[in-house]
Amino acid sequence: MSNVLIIVEQAGGKPKKATLAGITFGQQVAQKSGGQVHFLIIGPGASAAASEVAGYGAAKTYVVEGAAFENYLVEACTPAVVTAAKACNASIVAGAATSTTKDLLPRVAARLDAAMASDVTAVVDAKTFKRPMWAGNVTATVELTSNIKVCSVRVAEFDAPAKGGATTATEKLDIAVDAGAMKAKFVGRKEVKSTRPDATTADIVVSGGRGVKSAEGFKIVEQLADSLGAGIGASRAICDAGWVPNDLQIGQTGKIVAPNLYIALGISGAIQHLAGMKSSKTIVAINKDPEAPIFTVADYGLVGDITVEVPQLIEKIKQSR
Amino acid sequence: MKILVTVKRVEDYEVKIKVKPDGSGIVTDQMKYVVNPFDEIAVEEALRVRDAAGSGEVVVTTIGVADAQQQLRTALAMGADRGVHVLADGNVDPMMAAKAFKKVIEAEKPDLVILGKQAIDDDQGQVGAMLAELLGWGQGTFASKEDSLESDAEKSKQPALKIANGRCEVVREVDGGLETLSLAMPCIVTTELRLNLPRYASLPGIMKAKKKPLQEMKLAELVPGAEARVKVVKLEPPKERKAGIKVPDVATLFDKLHNEAKVI
Ligand SMILES: Cc1cc2nc3c(=O)[nH]c(=O)nc-3n(C[C@H](O)[C@H](O)[C@H](O)COP(=O)(O)OP(=O)(O)OC[C@H]3O[C@@H](n4cnc5c(N)ncnc54)[C@H](O)[C@@H]3O)c2cc1C
Repeated sequence: MSNVLIIVEQAGGKPKKATLAGITFGQQVAQKSGGQVHFLIIGPGASAAASEVAGYGAAKTYVVEGAAFENYLVEACTPAVVTAAKACNASIVAGAATSTTKDLLPRVAARLDAAMASDVTAVVDAKTFKRPMWAGNVTATVELTSNIKVCSVRVAEFDAPAKGGATTATEKLDIAVDAGAMKAKFVGRKEVKSTRPDATTADIVVSGGRGVKSAEGFKIVEQLADSLGAGIGASRAICDAGWVPNDLQIGQTGKIVAPNLYIALGISGAIQHLAGMKSSKTIVAINKDPEAPIFTVADYGLVGDITVEVPQLIEKIKQSR
Repeated sequence: MKILVTVKRVEDYEVKIKVKPDGSGIVTDQMKYVVNPFDEIAVEEALRVRDAAGSGEVVVTTIGVADAQQQLRTALAMGADRGVHVLADGNVDPMMAAKAFKKVIEAEKPDLVILGKQAIDDDQGQVGAMLAELLGWGQGTFASKEDSLESDAEKSKQPALKIANGRCEVVREVDGGLETLSLAMPCIVTTELRLNLPRYASLPGIMKAKKKPLQEMKLAELVPGAEARVKVVKLEPPKERKAGIKVPDVATLFDKLHNEAKVI
């Protein structure tokens, strides 16, 4: 029997939508292994978030609160995860792949002397998983042979978790954190404020590449997105150029998205970009180069200048609403 | 200031990787190998930190086959001072790599260790944080900077990492923005794409690199008994998308999206 510990991330007492994929993964592993799922929620607001995930059939939710967890620091969170993993006798520790778990889970794995699989896209059995390699050009089946196993889970590949079972009880864990002994100090955060849905969980994503020509030119991407209530994304090229915040990068080394509709504007479709969006249900590309590789993955391709085509498309959408 | 940088030999990112028909590996005939792009950024940052400090040493280390020496030489040609090659064949998983690097670090005693945030072959992205844990050090993963790669700040080739009073300040790319950490040194930093634009090796640099010291050791001697516990059972090509169509104009595009795909 292998129990599973899933890290559920929260902000302000609400579980983050992206991290629900981790719960789905946990349910799938538990079903294959006959074990039980446990949740761990860290930070101020964790108790409130716990009640929001109480319907997903976990055996228990561990809650870690306190000022030391106000700002995420890996040295504070690692003992929290390890304590929870021991408390529920977990043989798998996992969470949706986010910038937090990508920082935290390998450290947890090292403390538990566990082998880890990153960005898992499918569960074969309780120790065997599928995951992409080489920018998604290869799907590998990997077996983790350590006693405890750690996985991060690709959000775009797991549907929302099923509800069911008894309401999950919570248990508070006291994690002593000696702030003075920590090697890292939190200095500050610069948040990119956005009223648009997050690209990793949005139903529609509109992305722009170097074809938008400038920071100013990216507005056309935002306008199309807003006409559809969509999230926005970008190619690496324009993040590097500083036209848009880095956080918008979609691809092998940025965010991985799989919305119902992905619209690529002025993006050539390099392997590294495709790695982040080719699981989208429907893909649209508008590009003035008929040979652009993005057209090889597009369900609907339109060869044309985005400054001409996109305003017309926005007009059509507005008329239909 | 002594800085240690890890460098991995990987398949060229411009090559489309194909799986062998029996799923046992990838097709490597005529493959071109390069330094993992994130590691080039790590080397560049180390050189900038060394040069800004006015003195110091940049040691580059790799774990890999004999031919991985080429990638170490590339890093030396960029300007690193010395190489350490941990010879290993076969599957080296991230924990094995971290355990081997720990041994190298214990011998070298650097003030700062910079790794790429991920290698673009296995895309695991684990070694930096594992290594920080094994050493009990602080970690600044996904190091970046506020200025863009086309800014004047980048053109000035100043290091993005701010080092003062035994601490290293790192700007990290996180979901939703940037975050700054101050780390007690020695510490681990892993690089994001926007930390810097790595330099090319110059011809004189390439000539000099040939004479720079390069030490070899064996993985099996460094971490006796270590074995990969991420076992690759099989590889397969991903599901291909079926080819779509080109539409002649916006009206058709809208019609298809509205009536056929029913997504808007
Ligand atoms: C290690 C590594 C990791 C990487 N990770 C990522 C990643 O995660 N995500 C990512 O996106 N990239 C990544 N890249 C970069 C990737 O290889 C490409 O360089 C990048 O995606 C190109 O961005 P682009 O399509 O915007 O620009 P370009 O390739 O320059 O394409 C611009 C496109 O716009 C079209 N265009 C120009 N003007 C117009 C117009 N007026 N109307 C219509 N179309 C127009 C052109 O025809 C062209 O196809 C990575 C690269 C490396 C080496």
